[in-house]
Amino acid sequence: MNKKPTPIREIVAHIVLIILSFLCLFFFYILIINSSRTHVELMKGFAALPGGNLMINLKNVLNDATIPIVNGIINSLIVSTSVAAIVTYFSALTAYGLYAYRFRLNKAAFTFIMAILVMPTQVTALGFLRLITGMGMNDSLWPLIIPSIASPSVFYFMHSYMQSSLSLSLIEASRIDGSGEFGTFNKIVLPIMRPAIAVQAIFTFVGSWNNYFVPALVISTKTKQTLPILIATLRGADFMTQDMGKVYMMIAVAIVPIIVIYLLLSKYIVDGVALGGVKE
Amino acid sequence: MKKKQKSVSYAKWGYIFIAPFFITFFIFSCIPLVDTIRNSFYEYYNSGLKVIGPNWVGFQNYLALAASDLPKYMWNTFVMWILGFVPQIVVALVLAAWFTDERMRIHGRQFFKVVIYLPNLIMASAFAMLFFTLFSNGGPVNSILVNAGIVSEPIRFFETTFGTRAIVALMNFMMWFGNTTIMLMAAIAGINPSLFEAAQLDGCTHSQMFFKITLPLIKPILSYTMITSLIGGLQMFDVPQILTNGQGGPNRTTMTLIMLLNSHLKSKNYGMAGALSVYLFIISGILCFFVYRMMMDDGSKPKKAKKGAKA
Repeated sequence: MNKKPTPIREIVAHIVLIILSFLCLFFFYILIINSSRTHVELMKGFAALPGGNLMINLKNVLNDATIPIVNGIINSLIVSTSVAAIVTYFSALTAYGLYAYRFRLNKAAFTFIMAILVMPTQVTALGFLRLITGMGMNDSLWPLIIPSIASPSVFYFMHSYMQSSLSLSLIEASRIDGSGEFGTFNKIVLPIMRPAIAVQAIFTFVGSWNNYFVPALVISTKTKQTLPILIATLRGADFMTQDMGKVYMMIAVAIVPIIVIYLLLSKYIVDGVALGGVKE
Repeated sequence: MKKKQKSVSYAKWGYIFIAPFFITFFIFSCIPLVDTIRNSFYEYYNSGLKVIGPNWVGFQNYLALAASDLPKYMWNTFVMWILGFVPQIVVALVLAAWFTDERMRIHGRQFFKVVIYLPNLIMASAFAMLFFTLFSNGGPVNSILVNAGIVSEPIRFFETTFGTRAIVALMNFMMWFGNTTIMLMAAIAGINPSLFEAAQLDGCTHSQMFFKITLPLIKPILSYTMITSLIGGLQMFDVPQILTNGQGGPNRTTMTLIMLLNSHLKSKNYGMAGALSVYLFIISGILCFFVYRMMMDDGSKPKKAKKGAKA
């Protein structure tokens, strides 16, 4: 009954997987190699082995006054961390509100969120820009953080997770024990939701870290810009005159932290994709 | 869906808990949407330092867009999306079938999964910047090709329409095939194994099982993947924007709809940006409706959130 699998099929599978993995890794390999070489070495052509200029390139990048990368890293960290915290907390709160309480508009609210689940934010960008300008919030990090309170896709993930893992009798029990509604949410519900929160925190952090469209429109002051905007300025008119070692190093600075986080948490991330997926 | 619960007195807490979401959504999405629609009916742009308008022009912005820019940039967006999506879905299907086939011994299954998903998390703008340098005329890719004797002189990727579009599509493919593979794996893993066992007893070949059992049963997830990928494709921006420095070159053949929106927003042409946004809103509204139907459809298959299969 257990027919032996045809080895040809397995060999083909391995070859295809190796080619695809090579494709995925090769470009990052070049990135790392090239960020360790000098401009002159880079101009001579490609080499498979790293050069000795890694630290000098890094120092040049960190000291570049026209592209304040240290500020960029700090701004990106502030925004991404705040967004990850806010998205997970408020999405769980909203999901809990609809999951645990019966009220007249419950069904309508759920239907509404589902209807806007995958609506692109770009369609309201014009009004959004005018609104935050009117509020005096343009050229600050706030407009990148506050709107994430309303994140339909994370809400949906949290709601699904509650349906499978949060028993309403537990909430009843905590009420009988005299816990207030917010207390129940913060002390009972949130700890139960920890796995879901962890997965979504990672994804929203990465999504926010990589976000380019809205930040580029909102922020104009150099020192307030996030990493993707700074990377984009590399591609300006003076691209050809840049020190290429520095260019590669800047790209590496933007990419490598995420790769490191990913490799450390890859098991949870890959499993999390199938559960809820990424949505920037 | 929800369990019965008698807690009428707690109803107000429901409203309190969902209030932040809806207040935020109202302020940062509803008001902007209305404002966007309103602007679309005005002539309102900057000409040099002078501000023209706002003058009411009715549907003139819509007509002007539909006459020239809209079809052109929609086509660009579509071409780059489909060039990336077709290999993405084919490769993802094949990989998902392999990964879920228990009779296949794949060494380093977890390693491959981790690697193919990696590009999805990379900052698209930095990834595009990397590809721009790698594929530039004097860049490593050309240097390798020339040294290996495959081409006699560097290929000018960014000076040909196909070259630039193909690089955008390649990047979209790389960024999303791993994600799609993992989602399809979850879908295939949800198929009742006894179906495969029965088919095997009946002497089905691998390809028969794939086409007659796996494919029909994951059709809902496949259509879901396609619709969400279309929505993602509609939002295509970071990669072509940075590869072409916002110009959509050569000759605006890689300019996407969102790149056009971005350039109108940057130049403060509110009328055109508004009309374009409304077109995008209508298209995404239709696509959202399909997603809504699929998610709310109370079928027998597990309907978990399968979001973000972008481009």
